[in-house]
Amino acid sequence: MVEYRGVAPWVVIEDEGAHVQARRCSRCEAMLTRPSLACPSCGAREGLAPVRVADRGVLHSYSIVHRSFPGVTTPFISAVVDMEDGTVLKGNLRGVAFDPEAIRFGMPVRLVFDEAGVDAKGDRYLSYFFEAA
Amino acid sequence: MRDVYIVGIDMLKFGRFQGVTPGELGAQAALLAMDEAGVTIHDIQALYSGNQFDVVGMVAQDIQKQIGQTGIPAANVKNACATGATAFREAMYLIKAGAAEVTLAVGAEVMPRGLLGGGETAGLNPEGILGSASMPAVFAEAGQAYAHEHGATFEQFAKVSVKNHHHSTLNPKAMYQKETPLEEVMGAEMIAYPNTKLMCSVNVDGAAAAVLMSGDEVRRRGLMDQAVKIRASALASDPYTPRNLAMWDINAATRLAAEAAYEQAGVGPDEVDLVELHDCFATAELLHYENLKLCGVGEAGRMIDTGETALGGRIPVNVSGGLLSKGHPIAATGIANLYEISTHLRGKADRRQVEGARLGLAHVVGLGTVAAVHILEKAN
Repeated sequence: MVEYRGVAPWVVIEDEGAHVQARRCSRCEAMLTRPSLACPSCGAREGLAPVRVADRGVLHSYSIVHRSFPGVTTPFISAVVDMEDGTVLKGNLRGVAFDPEAIRFGMPVRLVFDEAGVDAKGDRYLSYFFEAA
Repeated sequence: MRDVYIVGIDMLKFGRFQGVTPGELGAQAALLAMDEAGVTIHDIQALYSGNQFDVVGMVAQDIQKQIGQTGIPAANVKNACATGATAFREAMYLIKAGAAEVTLAVGAEVMPRGLLGGGETAGLNPEGILGSASMPAVFAEAGQAYAHEHGATFEQFAKVSVKNHHHSTLNPKAMYQKETPLEEVMGAEMIAYPNTKLMCSVNVDGAAAAVLMSGDEVRRRGLMDQAVKIRASALASDPYTPRNLAMWDINAATRLAAEAAYEQAGVGPDEVDLVELHDCFATAELLHYENLKLCGVGEAGRMIDTGETALGGRIPVNVSGGLLSKGHPIAATGIANLYEISTHLRGKADRRQVEGARLGLAHVVGLGTVAAVHILEKAN
């Protein structure tokens, strides 16, 4: 069996599959993806409980990226998605034409997990992607 | 706290200065500003130097080695695209606090080439997997979020670039002086939709500097005729918003800084005669019309359509040519904007002069996030 690493700290891989994990602040309800010592919204140091992020959301914003850093395959759609539970995630939107006419603000999307690539040490990575729901 | 004035301020014509150090560029700008203020290095009581990319980062001391090592307090400032504005603000506050009468602020940059960012990362680089962290894409997403909420179009974003490139034809210190018609802007290479190549700021080197004085010092030297009063200086970081773990928020910090600046100055946006704002990408300019309260909610598209922000319009924005055509040497930008505003307040902007300008606003925003807003007023 191939061992995968998550492409970001909030991508969690378990035997039964992968999911996105956030922490919900019990004081202010903020949904936090990035690790932090305290809640960046309200400063609470305790009550940050891990939760599994919803697998559906709606497209808030995007850019169709035609030029990126050397070695990065283009074009791709960089998307910001408001998930149903209030978490906000950024990632690639797949399976949609690289054409603004084909992309609709507010369109429903779902999370799918797939291989993301291999790093310089040969470690293999898994990431989430957005697809039209 | 007491009032502080700009007495000398200048910038180098932005361009490409590879092989020159930021200290050398900053020193050239510093001498121009000092000559205008009629001071020597022996009058300067403190130096704040802004620079983002120098590896060693002791640019203030490099400047001193070029123009005079007098042992004064000298400090180096790094604050992304607000670096120059932050150095200026520190130089101002030292005088406000009564710890100096004459200070010097410099912003100098020799830029890395190509897209900014994209350095080595541990593990797998998430670029092109978790979307894009490139600046054109990040600012495209900020613009598209505005388009989502208020219906701004690709064409309206492109018109920003047409306007600012037009303005730069009137500014000999801009990197470019070239008209770019709408079809040329929209038809240029697409970098990150909706930002085409002509909707991205120009990667150039440059420097700008300002000599600041207390009111007592300005009067003692009889320099009030050339002085520009700093009516407000506000700096803000981004407060938490639910989306800013996923996308840098260029709006919230700008709004905080703008509100604080208007309050300090005791003026409203309708009293401002011209604005230099952070048009690092064409998509950003429209957002800041609203963030700086130059228009109401959702009205930015109309502002660019009707020409209200063009030279001769109700509130001219980026008559220097902006970062889109004047160029954007990161640390120099924040002081170069203040130079542009000061030049208009002094009535010395020649063909691009905003007639009768008495109050001007300069804004910068850097990712991370930081925003600075200054409001300047003609002293006499």
